[in-house]
Parts: sequence; C-alpha cells; structure tokens
Amino acid sequence: MARGVARPSTGPPGEPRSVGWLYVLPAFLLYAGFLLFPLGRATQFSFYDWDGVSVGTWAGLSNYAEILTDDTLRNAFAHALVLMLFFAVLPLGIGLLLASVLNRAKVRGLGFFRTVVFLPQVVAMVVIAVAWRRIYDPNSGFGPVRGWLGDYGLALPAVGLIGTWFEAGLVTVLLLAGMGRIPRELYEAARLDGAGAVREFRAVTLPSVRGEIAVALTLTVIAALKTFDLIYVTTKGGPGTSTLVPSYLVYDNAFGKGQVGLAAAIGVVLTLLIFVISYLINRIGDSEAAA
Amino acid sequence: MSRRLHSRIAAVVGILGCLTAAACAPGSDSGPPPTNSQQSAPPVTDPSTMGEVTLTVWDQEVRGGQAAQITKLNDEFQAKFPNITLKRVTRSFDDLGKTLKLALSGNTPPDVFEANNGRSDMGAYVKAQQLLPLERYEAAYGWDKRYPESVRKYSSYSPDGKTFGAGTLYGLPQVGEVVGIYVNTDHLRQAGLQPPTTWEELQTSLATLKSQRPGEAPLVLGNLDKWPAIHLFGPVQAQFTAPDAIRKLGFGQPGASWVTPENTNAAQTLVDWVDQGYLDKQANGLGYDPAWQAFSKGKGSYLVAGTWLQADLSKAMGDKVAFVLPPPSPAAGAKPVSTGGTGLPWAVSSKSQHPDAAAAYINFITSSDAMKVLAQTDNLPVADTTQQTAPAGLGHDVFTAFGTVVQQDGLVPYLDYATPTFSDTLGASLQDLIAKKKTPQEFLATLQQDYDSFVAKNG
Repeated sequence: MARGVARPSTGPPGEPRSVGWLYVLPAFLLYAGFLLFPLGRATQFSFYDWDGVSVGTWAGLSNYAEILTDDTLRNAFAHALVLMLFFAVLPLGIGLLLASVLNRAKVRGLGFFRTVVFLPQVVAMVVIAVAWRRIYDPNSGFGPVRGWLGDYGLALPAVGLIGTWFEAGLVTVLLLAGMGRIPRELYEAARLDGAGAVREFRAVTLPSVRGEIAVALTLTVIAALKTFDLIYVTTKGGPGTSTLVPSYLVYDNAFGKGQVGLAAAIGVVLTLLIFVISYLINRIGDSEAAA
Repeated sequence: MSRRLHSRIAAVVGILGCLTAAACAPGSDSGPPPTNSQQSAPPVTDPSTMGEVTLTVWDQEVRGGQAAQITKLNDEFQAKFPNITLKRVTRSFDDLGKTLKLALSGNTPPDVFEANNGRSDMGAYVKAQQLLPLERYEAAYGWDKRYPESVRKYSSYSPDGKTFGAGTLYGLPQVGEVVGIYVNTDHLRQAGLQPPTTWEELQTSLATLKSQRPGEAPLVLGNLDKWPAIHLFGPVQAQFTAPDAIRKLGFGQPGASWVTPENTNAAQTLVDWVDQGYLDKQANGLGYDPAWQAFSKGKGSYLVAGTWLQADLSKAMGDKVAFVLPPPSPAAGAKPVSTGGTGLPWAVSSKSQHPDAAAAYINFITSSDAMKVLAQTDNLPVADTTQQTAPAGLGHDVFTAFGTVVQQDGLVPYLDYATPTFSDTLGASLQDLIAKKKTPQEFLATLQQDYDSFVAKNG
C-alpha cells in the first residue's frame, strides 16, 4: 500500500530480503545444529587441555604450537598430502585416459564398463580396507604386492594405491559425463584442421571438461585429506608412524589418549587445510571456465 | 550493505568470543560427583532384602566362552534373586571402552560395567571420581581372602588416580590372562626336542628348528596392529629385568628406568632373533589373527601369546599344541615371570542408586561357584584356579600355567599400562626395533622419554 512518504529502497521491489531467512530456517537449523555448533565447540575445546572426563584447563594456543613443532604431527599432515597425490592426481590421470578412450572409441556395452569402473565407490570403505589387507597379507596375499603394509617405505604408497583404485571410477564417470556434452562439430572442426587424437584431446576435450575436473579434484582431495577408516583398518598409522594421518590422530588423541584439546586442534587445522585447498581448486577451475 | 557486513562480523566475533570464554571450560557442566551418604554404614550383602531393583549392566562378554558364562551366571542370579532385574547392554571391547567414557560423565551412567583397567580408562575414571571405591565390599564379602594381592593390584588405584597398581580396589575381574609360549608339539617331536624349560634350551631349540625347517621362522609374530610385539617383548624383558623394576615401569610408577643394561639386553635379543631369522622380518606386515591362524596350520613352531587364544588354538590344533610359561627368569631368582594380568574388571559407578545391589551382583559373578562356571565354559578363572577341573589338553596347560605364575607372584603388568600414551609409543617403537629402524639404545630412549614426561606430570 502506498504511503505518504516514499521509502528510499536500495534493493529490488517486493518483500524485504530478510524474509528469505524464514525459508531457509528449517534447513539452517539442522545445519547449524549438526555442523556449525559442533565446529564451534571443537574450536573451543582446542584452546583447552582436556582429558574428556574431568574439568579442562585453559591452554591457549599451546595445542596449535604443538602441531607446528611436534615431528609426528607435522609428518601426519605431510602423509595426508602424499595421499592427496594418490587419491586425486593419479585417478585424474587415469580417469582422463579412460574417459577419453571410452568416449572416442564408442565401445559396445559402455554402460557395463561404466558400472564396473564405478563399483568401488559403492562398497563401504571399511570393507574395501579389509579386502585389501588380505591382498597385502605377507603369507596369503596377492603375489607381487605381498607384505607392503609392513614395509616402512611402501606402506603409505600401498594405502594410497587403495585410494587410487577407489577414486578412479568416480573420476572416470564424471569426466565421461562431461565429455558427452561436447558437441561433435568441435571435433569435426579439429579434424578438418588436421589434428590427430592427442591434439584433439588437448585442444577440444580438455578445455571442455575443466568444470568436471574441478569437481573431481574437490571430491577426491577432500576424501584424501579426511581418510580415517582406511588407515584404521589397514595399518593404524604403522609401521612406526609412517602412515599416520591427521584424522587418525584426532580419533586416537580424543578417545585413546585422553587429549581431547589436542585432537580438536588437529581437527580444526585439518578443516582449514581442506577449506583452503578446495577454495584454490575451485578458483582455478572457475577462472579457467570464465576465460 | 557495509552496515550489514559490519553487523555480521560483529555477530561472528561475538559468538567466537562467547565460545572461547574461560567460563565455559569443557567438562565443567558435569557437576561435582555425588557424595554417597551410605559410605559409613556397613553394606547390605543379602540381595533378597534390597527390594525391587533394576541394575543396568554394560559388558563386552560377546565371544564364545565369555558369552556362555555371563548368560549362565545372569540367569542364575535372576532366578535366585527375582527382586533384582538385570538390564544388560553388550558391546565389543573397543566400542565399550569408547562409549563408557561418555556414559560415565553423563547423568545416568550404568550401575555395573567392565572398565579397562589401564590409565587412560580406569585411571581417568578414578581421577574424575566416577568409580565407587570397593573397600567396604572387599571386607564384607572377603574378596581380599580369595583374590591374591598380585591380582587385586591390577584393579587398584590411589583415590587421586595418580598411582596405579596400589591403593584402593575399584574393580573385580572374573578371568585371568597370562602370556606364554604355544608350542607346536609335532614340529618339536620331529626335531627331537622337548618344550624348553630354560632360556638356553629355548635359544638352542630356535637354532635347531630353523636349520630343520629353513623356509620358516620358528617364532610367529603378527605385528601389523602394533600391540602384539608388546606381548613378545614382555616375557623376554622378564628374563633380564627384575619383576619389581618391570612393575614400576609397567604401572607408570616413579623410580625406575628403561635405559638399563638389562633392558638393553632384552631389546637386543629381539634384534638378534630378527638377524638370525628366528623372527620373521615381515612380522610388521602380518595381522594378529592371520598370524595365529598360520601357526595353527603348521607355519612356525612357537607362538608367544596369551591364554585368550586357548579355545581357538585347541579347536584348530587339537593335541598338536601345548602351552608353557616362559622359562624361569634368572633375574627373578629362577621363578617363572611373565606378562599377564586379569580380564576387564567389573566396576560400579559412583552415581549408582543401588551400590549395594551392584556389589552383590559382582560378588555373585566372581564367587567360587561362578569360577566353576567360568572353567566349564572355556574361560580362565582368576581366583581358585588350581581348584577347578580344567578341560583336557591345552586347557589343562593353561590352567596350570596361570595357577603357577599367580602362586609364585610372577605376574608382571602389560607394558602399555604405563602411561596413557605408552600403548602407541611402545607399539610404534617395537615396530621400529624389529624393522631395524631404531637401535636398542634409541628404542629405550624413546620409551624413557614418554615415561619421564608422564612421571613428571603425574607427580
């Protein structure tokens, strides 16, 4: 209803924008309750020395200082970055190769191969870890890769290999979907200009799937950095400390050693690390798409 | 727009500030522990006079013989005392340990539960005054007469939680455990050997077995899970180091040292065994269960493990397996000394509304009759062991071994009891030692550092 004095409006006409919060409220309550509140509490715990049972004592930033100075904790983050190579970069290479071959060659039964390649994603990670532990068994495992989990140098690559096998399917399927959207005319134009298979791939396929690559990288990098069940079932951070990862340290410190403050600090640092890396991936992905 | 941004930033800062306020220290909302007003009166020991009571019991008696014994005892208890109802919650060992911590700090903890007697579990509970001290019931039921001191100390802490292995009794276990050597009698017979009775015999038998069966390491170890080597190192250490020193180290009590010539000899023994091929270099990559399963199928001749494998190995190997204690230790005056202790003790929550009923239940499941039931269901009773009719074969060996080592006060604690972080430290360091990534000196220095920092903090 029009009033005497016109209100200066800076936004679009219609209902005030803040009504939007009411629409979001139900989902936001769930989100806040199960995500924001625990995140806040965990941040609070990270500033205390707490054994989980008695009253905590103020510790300031000493938990974070310990993460920076303690060798074991620093190495755990380094191991997580190595796992990133196996979970994200390697599957990306395999996925690009597989997807472009499947896309180009128009094989019969493409649906079947897509399903088979994607199957590891459907199985629970704990089951995968148990099965691969058997494969790596020194006595009864699979010939060439026996006993890797006890070797100080090979244990982390061994675990990483499980991740590669796990993620390759997801990346392949994502990229296949992206490549399916590329119009045929682009390929014809490239062929007319005398491009071979590799040139076609670099000039036509790769730029068109940048969005899918960003998505695949984001998903796989997050999976790599938050890996817990795989380490817990296969090596428990061993042999020695060669496969320790931050998420396993969070569990072990919080529930095994009664150092909940340190565990919370590791969790917060891990969250920030994942956030920063995902942000960077998406910045690069977006900027390329826009360009 | 900028005003909205400012207000948003202010809101976020305000929330963060509130969260980090010192007044909201974690753990402070669980309130002070209740003072039990009945503490001075002598306890009621006859359950039939206690009226209608419901006891919530949390346990991890889920495997074979364990499940059989607790079901039988619970049925007998409820039949004998119909006024007491047992509400039983079962979980696996790991799950119980993790969920119990949360439950005990809540408002309605279980009345009776099995608590892991290590420092990070029972020690923490005692420190937070979440466990009921059991000395009144100990005197009333005469537990101190039936349970030897060497067994009761495994469930004892000082009331401030700082001293482990002495002080007030907080729990009572049903079963005992001891680490010994499972011997493949077939292999030994083929090599013309008897189960070793001295350390020298053990060493020479290892050499003989290795030469007769070249492709196979005579000592079986599956150390992928990090803790099994602790059970191998314990008995070896007991050969060189006096039991009192081991007890101080194992219970995390001040006044002992890891860096001694005796401990160095023990660590060096393990390294020598790897060098001479008696211990498989691949042990760090082999799981615990696959290891004893391989042993049961005839791979390897000695398995240093605890009495908990008795039922499985007996079923798999029949009469081809025997169980012996480690050879008598010269450091202990030629007494048999080995790593061992008790199963999980049963404890009572300090917030329980029915402490007398809870104690009566614990008394029932640990009574002499209960020990008979335990023996019949393939468990190793911790009290009155020698009075039980042991099952034939391997079970008989196990019962005799445990009875002997308890009578001669030869039990030394699991080394990972020492500090809350020792399980990790020792497990990882033993993996390093076996893989020759650490020398015995470096290995002991790592252990000493953990022990020192804990003792300093603990006082």
